[in-house]
Amino acid sequence: MQQPPQHHGPTDMQMDAAIANMLRFGISLAATLMILGGFYYLRHPTMQPADYAHFHGTSTDLHNLGKVLTGTRLADSTSVLELGIVLLIATPVARVALCVVDFARQRDKLYVAVSFFVLMVLLYSLFRGGR
Amino acid sequence: MTAETFTALIFLTSLLAGLLGALTGLGGGVIIVPMLALVFKVDLRYAIGASLISVIATSSGSAVAYVRQGLSNVRIGMFLEVATTLGALLGAYLTLKISTHWIAIIFGCVLMYSAASSFRKRREHPGTIAPDRMATSLHLSGSYTENGVRHDYVARRVPLGFGIMFGAGTLSGLLGIGSGAVKVLAMDMAMRLPFKVSTTTSNFMIGVTAAASAGVYLARGYIDPGLALPVMLGVLAGSLLGSKLLVKAPVATLRIVFSVVILALGAEMIFSGATGRL
Repeated sequence: MQQPPQHHGPTDMQMDAAIANMLRFGISLAATLMILGGFYYLRHPTMQPADYAHFHGTSTDLHNLGKVLTGTRLADSTSVLELGIVLLIATPVARVALCVVDFARQRDKLYVAVSFFVLMVLLYSLFRGGR
Repeated sequence: MTAETFTALIFLTSLLAGLLGALTGLGGGVIIVPMLALVFKVDLRYAIGASLISVIATSSGSAVAYVRQGLSNVRIGMFLEVATTLGALLGAYLTLKISTHWIAIIFGCVLMYSAASSFRKRREHPGTIAPDRMATSLHLSGSYTENGVRHDYVARRVPLGFGIMFGAGTLSGLLGIGSGAVKVLAMDMAMRLPFKVSTTTSNFMIGVTAAASAGVYLARGYIDPGLALPVMLGVLAGSLLGSKLLVKAPVATLRIVFSVVILALGAEMIFSGATGRL
């Protein structure tokens, strides 16, 4: 059986550990932001439950990362929640990017290409998906 | 109902969905979407958006444990993610085109299939099919150690597995679920991977697949932060709790009970979709 080339760079096990650490960091940060944002979101005195029975789409302000970051700085609870969501979505994307780097360090050209393709599909969805 | 009560109720429901999802191995998404739509009368598009976020959280959370055990195969996962991410993009675009009635009907069918598949006994397939040339040239092989014994494996029928994975990705993007049942079908039945490897690799792939449709959902306003908050935190907490209880719980009995519940939810989704109530 042909083994993947791995004379250079990190071993598969080191790669696994790096991936695990990154995933843990990403979801912990996202969950913390969402809990903090959620706390303020629910403390809002005039808060009425949103109408989820009829679809009207979320505010377009939330689709712009610049506006979400500005909102977060101003402690706008919905923006903090949205930033948590964006971070959560970014976690698997960063995982794939990490794989591109690790495969490159292992000089595994085939899998650099495969993981780079997956990364491009993900970035296309994130930046061009709405069009 | 105040926003706080509503959020608390959704959180508790999501906690239960995550718990059942982990105990039955079906995932939280297939349970939370029909619950939100049928019980809380949430529009199907908001329900799917919130569920997708919880799917990403659960997959990343449980992958931490699996990846450390060295059971999931990063190369096989990455290769099949080419199929699932492209499928997920297609599925997310289909969600924008298809009416919610049809989405409800398709969702119901997937629920019924998932319930039926949880009854099917999984067994290891001995290597009767020759590994194909693609598996060798793409390095779709590996080994894992269990009880001190080393098991080597090679993927079989790679094109068939790749094709089923594209379908799994499309369903995931269309319905906001992880479609773990279909992913396992591709890796167990088609590619004949040992199921320790297929289960953990599938779980690892779910987050990346879901991220591929999340961009489209986000831009189209399907992901409402106020709804995603209790759903994501609830499902994540429930599934972490579920994976801890898995060792002690009477899993076989639970699986039968919840499969019946899921069958009923599936029938209700099909009925609601067909009569135009969803």
